Amino acid sequence: MNRRLGMQTVYFKNPPVIIGRNHLVGKKEGQGNFKGYFTNVLKNDKFGEKTFEKAERKIMETLIFGAIENAKLKPNQIDMLLSGDLLNQIITSSFTARDFETTFVGLYGACSTMAETLAVASCLIDGGFMDKVACATTSHFATAERQYRNPLELGNQRPPTSQWTVTGGGCCVLSSKGIGHKITMATFGKVKDYGITDANNMGAAMAPAAMNTLIAHFEDTGTNPEDYDAIFTGDLGKLGSNILRSMMEEAGYSLGINYSDCGQMMFAENQKPYQGASGCACSASVLNAYILSQLDKAVFKKVLFVATGALLSTVSTQQGDSIPGIAHAVVIEGCTQCL
Amino acid sequence: MDKQQNQKYKEYVDRVSPKTKNFPSLFCAFIVGGIICCFGQLINDAVKYFYPHLYQIEINAWMLIIIIFITILLTGIGVWDRVGKLGGAGAFIPITGFANAVASPAIEFKKEGIIYGLSVKMFVVAGPIIVNGVTVSVVIGILHYFFGG
Repeated sequence: MNRRLGMQTVYFKNPPVIIGRNHLVGKKEGQGNFKGYFTNVLKNDKFGEKTFEKAERKIMETLIFGAIENAKLKPNQIDMLLSGDLLNQIITSSFTARDFETTFVGLYGACSTMAETLAVASCLIDGGFMDKVACATTSHFATAERQYRNPLELGNQRPPTSQWTVTGGGCCVLSSKGIGHKITMATFGKVKDYGITDANNMGAAMAPAAMNTLIAHFEDTGTNPEDYDAIFTGDLGKLGSNILRSMMEEAGYSLGINYSDCGQMMFAENQKPYQGASGCACSASVLNAYILSQLDKAVFKKVLFVATGALLSTVSTQQGDSIPGIAHAVVIEGCTQCL
Repeated sequence: MDKQQNQKYKEYVDRVSPKTKNFPSLFCAFIVGGIICCFGQLINDAVKYFYPHLYQIEINAWMLIIIIFITILLTGIGVWDRVGKLGGAGAFIPITGFANAVASPAIEFKKEGIIYGLSVKMFVVAGPIIVNGVTVSVVIGILHYFFGG
């Protein structure tokens, strides 16, 4: 039974249902443009823990338990946990998985992790291998800064192309049955590297990957950007999404007002985020707090969610290598019985 | 083909990426750097006034110690990163930048322990300044020995 469309897209015969969801964001994010949508906001980015790494783990744990509860399930009813994060050896995900009596698969897709886990989980569910899968991802400003950049208290200036890593995360529980929004298709991305070496300009590094996935999706499915009520990219930021817009225009697909970027929307101008937000939690929190709630209200009926990731490490950057980008897409269709 | 495409993309990105605005940055650096230097001079004059028996070289040392202490204190209570963000090189070039560059990783990596965290990572930012500073001064010292007056 072939469920492939073209080279990169798969569609689901029995589309997995998002039966539970949860988000959690830091204080700064809670005061940004999604103020009314983020209901779970941390008072303190350390979350009562000794280190920021432990705080990130606690964020992920809280997220997963919350999403399972939201799905009206018990933790032991989950078949598999799929998660990823930004830290080396994805320690947040695997250390959090210690507390769950389920099988665990860690995925690394940098900031594309939310769409990556959703796409893989959907394949597992539609293939009949798993029934209920939790997909989670987190990022934390302080842990990402320490790993990729400079100590927090170092008094340096950020370049104008830089982005701000979101503290927080998102978790979705997918099931083969139930009532809720459905994941009907997924487009897996190819790694694209157009030779950008500046680790402070991730939007430009990821835009070609986003373009590749979007074009592959439109070609594979025979759809156009207008066929979606909304198209969201993950964290290209202001600059990256402008680059994507003009490159898509050149390729013959013009992205209209239905296209927006989670990273660009996250922070208000007065929060001085430069190009916008980034990090796994950027697209994950916007998906769980904003996009899915707009689907609830039927403001959107069909959404193309494209999370983008920059697959760099500090070692590759210091050795002068360019930054490979990746983007995975999922199509989420609003629940018709929910209204 | 790929190389050409990458080159084209790079040029395009360079064109559309926002650049640091020169004038506001220079102005802020001038003001912040100027204030730090004036403050240093103030300490210098104050020490000279209260301890007139000290030599100038000793006064300089006291002035540096006081400035370093204040910078590290401000780094510790989370204020200096804002000064540095505003002042840029104006805050970094005086001894204040060096003090902040040593203190901030020390705070950050304390969690990994006193030896492998704090002690090892303390010089992660300032290390190159020390290594290159010492190397250059040795080279200049040799040159001075042979060609100096």
